[in-house]
Amino acid sequence: MTQQTEAAPGAKHAPADSKKTASDLYRFKQSAINVNKWSKRLSSLVRAVLLIGMSFVILYPILLKVSTSFKTLEDLTNPTVMWIPERFSLENYKLAIDVMGYFSAIRNSFTLSAVTTILQTLSCAMAGYAFAKLPFRGINILFAGVILTILVPPQTILVPSYVNFKSFDLFGLFHLIFGDGINMLDTYWPFVLMAITGNALKSGLFIYIFRQFFRGISKEIEEAAFVDGAGVFKSFVSIMLPNAIPAMVTVMLFAFVWQWNDTFFSSNFLPSMNTLTNATLGFPYKVNVMLGATNQVDPFYASMLVDTGLLLSILPLIVMYLFVQRYFVESIDRTGLVG
Amino acid sequence: MRSPKRTFQQRKALTGMLFLAPWAFGFIFFFLVPLVNSAVYSFNDLKASDNGYTLTFEGWKNYTQALYVDATFVRKLTTVVGEMVVNVPLIIIFSLFIAVLLNQKFLGRSLARAIFFLPVILASGVMLSINNAGYMQQIMDANLASNNPAGASVNGFLQSIELKNMMMDIGVNESIVNYLTGAVDRIYEIISQSGVQIIIFLAGLQSISPQLYEASRMEGATGYEAFWKITFPMVSPLILTNLVYTIIDSFLNNAVTQQIDTTAFKTLDFGLSSAMAWIYFAIVAVILAISTFVVSRKVFYHD
Repeated sequence: MTQQTEAAPGAKHAPADSKKTASDLYRFKQSAINVNKWSKRLSSLVRAVLLIGMSFVILYPILLKVSTSFKTLEDLTNPTVMWIPERFSLENYKLAIDVMGYFSAIRNSFTLSAVTTILQTLSCAMAGYAFAKLPFRGINILFAGVILTILVPPQTILVPSYVNFKSFDLFGLFHLIFGDGINMLDTYWPFVLMAITGNALKSGLFIYIFRQFFRGISKEIEEAAFVDGAGVFKSFVSIMLPNAIPAMVTVMLFAFVWQWNDTFFSSNFLPSMNTLTNATLGFPYKVNVMLGATNQVDPFYASMLVDTGLLLSILPLIVMYLFVQRYFVESIDRTGLVG
Repeated sequence: MRSPKRTFQQRKALTGMLFLAPWAFGFIFFFLVPLVNSAVYSFNDLKASDNGYTLTFEGWKNYTQALYVDATFVRKLTTVVGEMVVNVPLIIIFSLFIAVLLNQKFLGRSLARAIFFLPVILASGVMLSINNAGYMQQIMDANLASNNPAGASVNGFLQSIELKNMMMDIGVNESIVNYLTGAVDRIYEIISQSGVQIIIFLAGLQSISPQLYEASRMEGATGYEAFWKITFPMVSPLILTNLVYTIIDSFLNNAVTQQIDTTAFKTLDFGLSSAMAWIYFAIVAVILAISTFVVSRKVFYHD
C-alpha cells in the first residue's frame, strides 16, 4: 500500500525529465498507473458499499428502537410517519423508567459489575502470571483445569451452584457454628466469591489472556528487577502489572460488559434483586399486566414500551462505549491474545 | 553458586503456588464440586425441602427421560446443533473478511471499527434473550385478527417479509425463496455474533510482518495471491482459536440452555435438568473435539 502511494507523487514529477528520453516507457507507465488507480477506486467503492451496508444492518435495530421510543401511539399507527415522530414525546421513557425501577436497577447493576470487574481482573492477573512465569510441578494439570472451565457450559454446574449458594458451607464449618449454611442468594456474595477466586463468568478466558500476555514479556525485565533485589511479589506489583495495563484494560472491559449483560447468573443467583437484566427480562410481563389492568392489550403499544425499556437498559453501555471504544479497539492489538 | 539459584527457583515456585491458591480454591469449590455434584444429581431424583435436599438413586432414568420421553429436548438439541453447523463457518469467513477490510487504511476507519465492535457489547445481552423469547410473536398471535399486520415490520427485526412476498409474487419456487430469505434473515445473527472474532483476527492481521507483503509484491504477487499465500496461513492459528470460541459462544445461550434452565427452576426437576446439561456438554465436547482435530491439521505455525 505505502509503496503505491509513494509512487503516485513521483509520477507527477516524471513528465519533465522523461519527455525527451523515454516517452514510450513513460506512456506505458502512465497507463499502468491509470489502471491501478481505477482498480483502486473501484475496490474502495466496493469496500465503502459493503461497510456502509453492514454498518446499517448493525445499527438498524438500535435506530429503530430509538425512533420508536419517542413516538406516541398515534404516530405508531400513522402510516406517514416512518422515522421521525410527528409528536415528539417522552411518555414512553417516563413509563418505562417507572415500571422498571430504572435508577435502582442501574445502581445495583453498576455496583455488581464494578465490584466483580475489579476483583476478577486482579485474581485473573495473578493466576495468569503464575501460569506464565512461576512454574512448579503439576502446573500443567492446573492449566488444563482452566481450559476445562472455559469448555464446560455454565448450565452444567448451575443447579449444584444454586444449591451450594442457597446454603453456603465450607467443610461443614458453618453448620457446626450456626446450625445451618448461609443463604447467599439475593446478595452479591456469590459473585464476589467467584470473582475473588477467579472462577466467575468467563474467568478462564481472562486467565488465558493474561497468561499469553505475561508469556510475551521478556525475561530480562523481570531478571533486572530480581537483580536489583525485588522479590517475586514486588516485581509482580511494580514491574509486571504496570506493563500489563493493555491486557488489564481489555479484560476489564470484557468483564464489565459481560457481567452487565449477564442474564444467566444474575437471574438465578439474584432472583428478587432489581438488577438491570432482571428488570428488563421481567419488563414485558409487567407491561402486559399494567396494560391489561386498564383495557385490552394493544401489542404495538406494549412492544413500543418494551423497546423503550430495552433501549434504557443498553443506554449506559452505549454511553460507556462512546468513551472507551478507542481502548477497546487499540488495546486488543497489544494484549497478545493472538499468541 | 548453585544452591542460591535453586532456592530462588523454589521461592518462585512457592510464590506461584501462593498466587494460584485463590484460584485453586475457587476452582475446587465453585467448579469441581458443583461439576461432580451435577453428575451425581443426574443419576438421582432430587427432592428439595426446607432443610436441604434428599437424593434417591435412579440410574439412567433421567437420561432416558431427556432423550426418549421429553417431547422437545431432542428436537431443540438437533436444531441448535444444526444451526451451529450452518452458522459457524459463515461467522468465521465473514469475520475474517471484515477484519481484512477493517485492516486497510481508509477514511472513517475508526468509525467503522467502532460500529463493528458494537455487537460485542450488545449482542450477548438482554437484547438477544428478549428477541429470542419472541415476545412480539406471542402477543401477535393472540391479537392478530384485530390488527393490521403491516405494522409488524415496524417492530420486527430486519425481516425480509417484503422480499419474500415480492419473490412469491414473481413466482419463484417456495423452497428457494425460503432458503434465500433465511440467509438474509441470518445476516444480522451472523454479524452480531462475530464481534469478538473480528477483534481477534484484526489483532492477528496486524501482527503479520509487512516485510512479507513487500517481498511478495517485489516478486510480482497480486493482492489475491498475497491473501491466500501470506495472510491466510499466517492467521490460520487464529482460525482455530476463533472456531473454538465461536462454537462455545453459540452453545452459551440458546433454546437448549433455556430449557435446561426452566426444567431446573420452573418445573423444579433438578435431576432431569442435570442430565440434560450433561448430554448437552457431551455433545458440545464431541463437536469441539472433532472440529479442532480437523482444523488443527491444516493450521500453519510460523515458528
